[in-house]
Amino acid sequence: MTAVGYLSFLPPEMIRIAVTSLIVMAFVFFNSMLLGYLERKFAGWFQRRPGPMEVGPHGILQLIVDGVKLLGKQIVIPRESSPFLFRLAPLLAFMPVGIAFIVVPFSEALQVRDLDSGLIFIIAIMSFNIISILIAGWASNNKYSLFGAIRAVAQNVAYEIPMLLSLLSVVLIDNTLSMRGLVQAQGAIWNVIVQPVAFLIYFVAGMAETHRAPFDLPEAESELTAGFHTEFSGMAFSFFFLAEYTHMFFVASIAVVLFLGGWSGPPLPWIDYTGIVWFMLKVYFLLFVMIWVRWTFPRVRFDQLLNFCWMYMIPFSLVNLMVTAVMVKL
Amino acid sequence: MESANNIEKHSFFLNMGPQHPSTHGVLRLLLEMDGEYVLDAEPVLGYCHRIQEKMGESRTWNGFLPNTGRLDYLSALIYNHGYVGLIERMAGIEPPPRAEYIRVITSELNRISSHLLWLGAYLMDLGAFTPIMYTFDDREQILDILEHVTGARLTYSYFRVGGVACDVDEKFVESTRSFVTRLRNRFPIYEALVTTNVIFLKRVKEIASFSSDMAMRYGVTGPLLRATGVPYDIRRSEPYSVYPELDFEIPVGETGDCLDVYMVRVREMEQSLRIIEQALERLPEGPFRTKATRRMKLPRGDATFSVETARGELTYYLVSDGTDVPYRLKVRTPSFSNLSLLPEISREMLLSNLVMVLGTLDPVIPEIDR
Repeated sequence: MTAVGYLSFLPPEMIRIAVTSLIVMAFVFFNSMLLGYLERKFAGWFQRRPGPMEVGPHGILQLIVDGVKLLGKQIVIPRESSPFLFRLAPLLAFMPVGIAFIVVPFSEALQVRDLDSGLIFIIAIMSFNIISILIAGWASNNKYSLFGAIRAVAQNVAYEIPMLLSLLSVVLIDNTLSMRGLVQAQGAIWNVIVQPVAFLIYFVAGMAETHRAPFDLPEAESELTAGFHTEFSGMAFSFFFLAEYTHMFFVASIAVVLFLGGWSGPPLPWIDYTGIVWFMLKVYFLLFVMIWVRWTFPRVRFDQLLNFCWMYMIPFSLVNLMVTAVMVKL
Repeated sequence: MESANNIEKHSFFLNMGPQHPSTHGVLRLLLEMDGEYVLDAEPVLGYCHRIQEKMGESRTWNGFLPNTGRLDYLSALIYNHGYVGLIERMAGIEPPPRAEYIRVITSELNRISSHLLWLGAYLMDLGAFTPIMYTFDDREQILDILEHVTGARLTYSYFRVGGVACDVDEKFVESTRSFVTRLRNRFPIYEALVTTNVIFLKRVKEIASFSSDMAMRYGVTGPLLRATGVPYDIRRSEPYSVYPELDFEIPVGETGDCLDVYMVRVREMEQSLRIIEQALERLPEGPFRTKATRRMKLPRGDATFSVETARGELTYYLVSDGTDVPYRLKVRTPSFSNLSLLPEISREMLLSNLVMVLGTLDPVIPEIDR
């Protein structure tokens, strides 16, 4: 009997849920470690230095060592902070990210559930992050943390609007909200060709949503030391870290699903895995672009950031949406 | 700003430093804030006070020389230069021309290395992490050259009263020449990476501009004063060493905003390269040091000597009572006056701008506190 066979007294759905959550959690950790490694390696190459080299060949074990180190560190709770909220914030940041994986279509067959409103679902889960940041900044009892949290809220509220408006224009064309449906509706011509403006706006807004440089104001190192997670150490800090990298993955995968044809691509030698290979390649290419941007540009100023959103991105995405609506009607 | 009317109601204090990523050492700023706006910034000094001037009163003339490099560790050679210049002026010693040329070449290398460090650190304040690696790569070449000559990489103490500690060799001349070509080829990279970057320009243009009047009122010198359009450079206005024989320009700005200061510093590096090139061309043969007694007594009286460091005017003033130790040694350092400009130009400014403006001032804290 197989291992699953021994557990046959349980309802099969429960086993499936357990196995899926295990895989999702493993993937969250793996993705964060891979991205953390790539980020440091690419940053090194952009800066004409080798990056991590010491632990394992070419430093590939560096992030594992870092993870163990963070696990072993004490979580210091500052005096006169709110201990309950302080502990709650990193959990709130980390817990929802697993749920959003339900609707990500890795390939035609590999998707947990294809919800009818999958796009709305994943975006709703993603915007949960901001609550944890606000709680983290507030509970830390540190002015720098509070600055970071307030900046994060203002930034996310502003940038969610152009992000949603640009996604909406794609939804108008494809006429569906299901993630799988959005991929299937594209066919040979990807939406990035039909909707280049929407893609650009979405990608920039997505970078702002995940607080990546040049929009990393909530954690602006040279101004706010480390922003909202200044006071967090050990695993509490690494939960924020994991959440950030997983959010980057979601932003990139939404872009791939809506604009870059999801899992579709020319067939590869491994027929069964063609879809997932293409999906991952596209996602990690977009993530590479995000890393590239981060290590090239200086940080924008906070008022410039908000002005850029309200004065350029929202009007442009609104016009784009209206033009799309008219074209669809014609 | 509307809320300026009821400051009592809204403002709060934010303590920035002495441990903060962008206060360049142990500077502490006490900020009165209204939201993200800085109403008042008060620099709090003294976290790195090492009684350097008092130490000068208990050490022999030569004994204080290593201390000068520790005042401003980023342009240590220029600080050495000012001190040996002062002692030579008082004792009436004339260093041989070869020594003067070596002093100018190494001082200018030191100035470039200081500006390169500033460039990287400044862009780090702006949130760009990559340029500092490029500038440190270039700076490393300078440190290697200077290490070859002086044996030290940061606090050189290379100049001696009456000359320099040891002669330079062919390898130094060669490597300095190749460094000049190398840095010239690197400027286009910096231009592409930084100077033409839209985000950079939007952030530094027309921020914290100040008039030459205000700069002079606060005793501001160096690139900050020149950025307001005043071509005041000790190397030209009170020439010392062999600077009068060399051909170079004094870059000036117009409005004194952060972009002007940036441009002045970058163009100063180009001019320093020109100086180095000419000085290498003319480097005379001959002795590198005249004999000076190790434990000499200076005549009664006082004297000053000014040099242009990477940050502005450095003046040594000393009073001698005829013994072998100074009676009083006063050091006028540029960063102290430059920093006093901060409260004035940072009023009602965003916190991010304050960090950037502090970077523009390029303060070296041990030199302020002494």
